[in-house]
Amino acid sequence: MPRIRIPGVDEKLLVRDAAKLLPNPSRRLFLRSAASLGAITMLTGCDIIDGETAEHALARISRFNDRIQALLFNPNKLAPTYPESMVDRTFRFNGFYDEDEAPEIDPASYKLEVGGLVKEKKSWTLPELYALPQEKQITRHVCVEGWSLIGSWTGARLSEFLQRVGADTSAKYVWFQCADTYSTTIDMPTALHPQTQMTFKFADEILPRKFGFPMKIRIPTKLGFKNPKHVVAMNVTNKDLGGYWEDRGYNWFSGL
Amino acid sequence: MTAEAATVGQNPATKTPVTIHPIWVRVTHWINAVAILVMIGSGWQIYDASPLPLFNFTFPTTITLGGWLAAGIAWHLAAMWVFVINGIVYVTLGLATGRFRTKLFPIRPREIARDIFAALRGRLAHDDLSSYNAVQKLLYLGVICTGIVIVLSGMSIWKPVQFQELAALFGGYDTARYVHFFAMWTFVGFLAVHIVLALIVPRSLRAMITGR
Repeated sequence: MPRIRIPGVDEKLLVRDAAKLLPNPSRRLFLRSAASLGAITMLTGCDIIDGETAEHALARISRFNDRIQALLFNPNKLAPTYPESMVDRTFRFNGFYDEDEAPEIDPASYKLEVGGLVKEKKSWTLPELYALPQEKQITRHVCVEGWSLIGSWTGARLSEFLQRVGADTSAKYVWFQCADTYSTTIDMPTALHPQTQMTFKFADEILPRKFGFPMKIRIPTKLGFKNPKHVVAMNVTNKDLGGYWEDRGYNWFSGL
Repeated sequence: MTAEAATVGQNPATKTPVTIHPIWVRVTHWINAVAILVMIGSGWQIYDASPLPLFNFTFPTTITLGGWLAAGIAWHLAAMWVFVINGIVYVTLGLATGRFRTKLFPIRPREIARDIFAALRGRLAHDDLSSYNAVQKLLYLGVICTGIVIVLSGMSIWKPVQFQELAALFGGYDTARYVHFFAMWTFVGFLAVHIVLALIVPRSLRAMITGR
């Protein structure tokens, strides 16, 4: 049977990109049912080993690694910062969809819903958020895939914002919901880290759509997928509400 | 010339044969063998998600472990505990029992050159497995050092913020990835030579299983 060729498409690159996003074909079914099956699916692709037993063992070790990482996390240790000249202004889009499918958010109607264990439960408009004291950080973004880039992000300290809204900082987690159905949960010590930021600008420009307009959470002490984009809700909670990739088998803490 | 080296430390004729490899060497050896295969297979899986910019290749999915990135990471960060704890036990006992000192040293360049030459001509004697020739000493010492480098560079990649001083020692996060990658190839190269030589001298394989 002749192969169908699409002009301008590099077959090898296409396959490579597809392969890294999906588990092997026999397990693709698991991806669709991942939400219902919970966190311990698809950890193994190896047919030699009893899938379920291995997945269960790997999931348990992953939880153990969460605890080790929480112990290793030093709340006062800052991620290295770099000079302006080292900023990669092009940067790189990454997500579970294509760049042109990123959500389009109307700044006029945008609201950030703040809830959970906070005194002041309310919705924040964009002008209100922009009025928060802001600072710039130039840090390294490390992707779970292995690549890394230095970027410049400007925004408000999450720790100060949590204080402002009267958050119970003795709670265990902060959960973020995004406009594109993405979500993630982080530990409170990381939420209170001085470099954890509610980000409104990339490279001194209003955060572009592909990088999370109007607000992302920049956490230089965590892998990129724990830095949610297009955040529309924030919840202080004692319950681990998981996250998009965490529920699909990626390590929960994913600290750097 | 090689016969002379082989007679050193040879077991005086007794009825009970001397154990060539004590039990702790054999146990840690085989635990390490499994751990390292898992580390390499899952490491290739992780590598494939974002190949290093200097190289334009990926590992075939048939030889990677996990099936996709998340599983590769889960395997890698599980087997790392086995590899590291087992490695610490091995190095500690190697130093404490004096095995490293007596088996791996002294290591002399002249003897290395001589033994490589003899090995290439197929004349390297293996009469006494309890004593290593100079090439063996060099390889075993080299692979222990590579093990240390692969763990330290791995820690730099895993925790480039918490272990940032260590990562800086490797030239930062991105360079640590290259160091880790080359250390992997060193391991793979060692493994290839190690397995071929063990098959050429099957007695050495038996000694690593039964001790004799």
